[in-house]
Amino acid sequence: MRALVIDDSRAMRSILGKIMGELRYEVVEAVNGRHGLERLREIGKPDLVLVDWNMPEMNGLDFIRAVRADRAFQDLVIMMVTTETEMAQVAKALEAGATEYLMKPFTKDTIIEKLALLGVAPA
Amino acid sequence: MALSQAAFEFARTLVRQRSGIVLENEKAYLVESRLTVVARNEGFASVDLLLEQARTQPLNGLQVKVVEAMTTNETSFFRDVQPFEALRQLVLPDLIKRRAQEKQLTIWCGAASTGQEPYSLAILLREHFPILAGWKVNILATDLSLEILERAKRGRYSQVEVNRGLSARLLVKFFDKQGLEWQLKEDIRRLITFRQLNLIEAWPWMAPADVILVRNVLIYFDVETKKAILGKVKRLLRPDGFLFLGGAETTMNLDDGFDRVEFERAGCYRLRKS
Repeated sequence: MRALVIDDSRAMRSILGKIMGELRYEVVEAVNGRHGLERLREIGKPDLVLVDWNMPEMNGLDFIRAVRADRAFQDLVIMMVTTETEMAQVAKALEAGATEYLMKPFTKDTIIEKLALLGVAPA
Repeated sequence: MALSQAAFEFARTLVRQRSGIVLENEKAYLVESRLTVVARNEGFASVDLLLEQARTQPLNGLQVKVVEAMTTNETSFFRDVQPFEALRQLVLPDLIKRRAQEKQLTIWCGAASTGQEPYSLAILLREHFPILAGWKVNILATDLSLEILERAKRGRYSQVEVNRGLSARLLVKFFDKQGLEWQLKEDIRRLITFRQLNLIEAWPWMAPADVILVRNVLIYFDVETKKAILGKVKRLLRPDGFLFLGGAETTMNLDDGFDRVEFERAGCYRLRKS
């Protein structure tokens, strides 16, 4: 299983990378939305993308819109992981094409429960 | 400060007598950590002092608070996923067919805790079974703790709680944001009746149930209490109804009146045909 983790915070990439690694995911990192798109072109379709909302150059919402515009990535599983917690923002992310939404802070268990919902939980 | 053995023994006996829940020696840490919060809220300098007061003045309400603090269990929306998949794919379609004439369903959550389980059920019914809109659906949610039931009734959850097990799509559809909390919409809340019930005491009259959930609560009881509860469940469940137990629970070696329904790890049972 492979996950693409997109976050401008090195600390957050490290936390998510560690959790996903423990869940036996191979982790590929990117530092913003544009970088994430490049990574997708390099590695092809991962099993899961975890993407932050607020990032320089290209934010998570624009990343999701760009990904969904490509037919090859229509069914890519994307979970937004963000400090944005208003109802309107959750709705906006879903409308843009996010498959799931996780509000920071979270724990490893929260991630596992979300992966179970998404059908990409480790065996 | 470590809990004294005498204080632990008192707490253990009290919890056992009131709730039937057995606290083994290695649970002393749990008693201490849960009761530290109660001690602080009630103005005691230590858990020992709180328990001393609860022992010498049994009528001042502290005993109830001690028991409630020790019997509140962790929960989440759509906990364990599989039981809800079994309900969606197997149990509810089956019951809807069988009850097509009477158009009535009765569901009982026997360890409702802070409400995530009955609300998950209500959401599942709304989301996947629009046919039930014209039916009489009774969801009864009971728990030992009055304080917990009050929380459950409000249907308000923290961000951490809605992060757990609930999809963002359902969050947007069935909740309103109230300040920092998320509250279930009124039309979901009113589907559920909350009532206090102690599983180890005599049960009040309840309507025969099509589905009974007593999940993740039997594990706390000793064998005799488990048998007694399963015996009462057997009498309350309609002959073609379904019982759900927690992932670590079983009727095996306790009551041979049930057959396990093969559905992943749903913990689903039916009454054995005699």
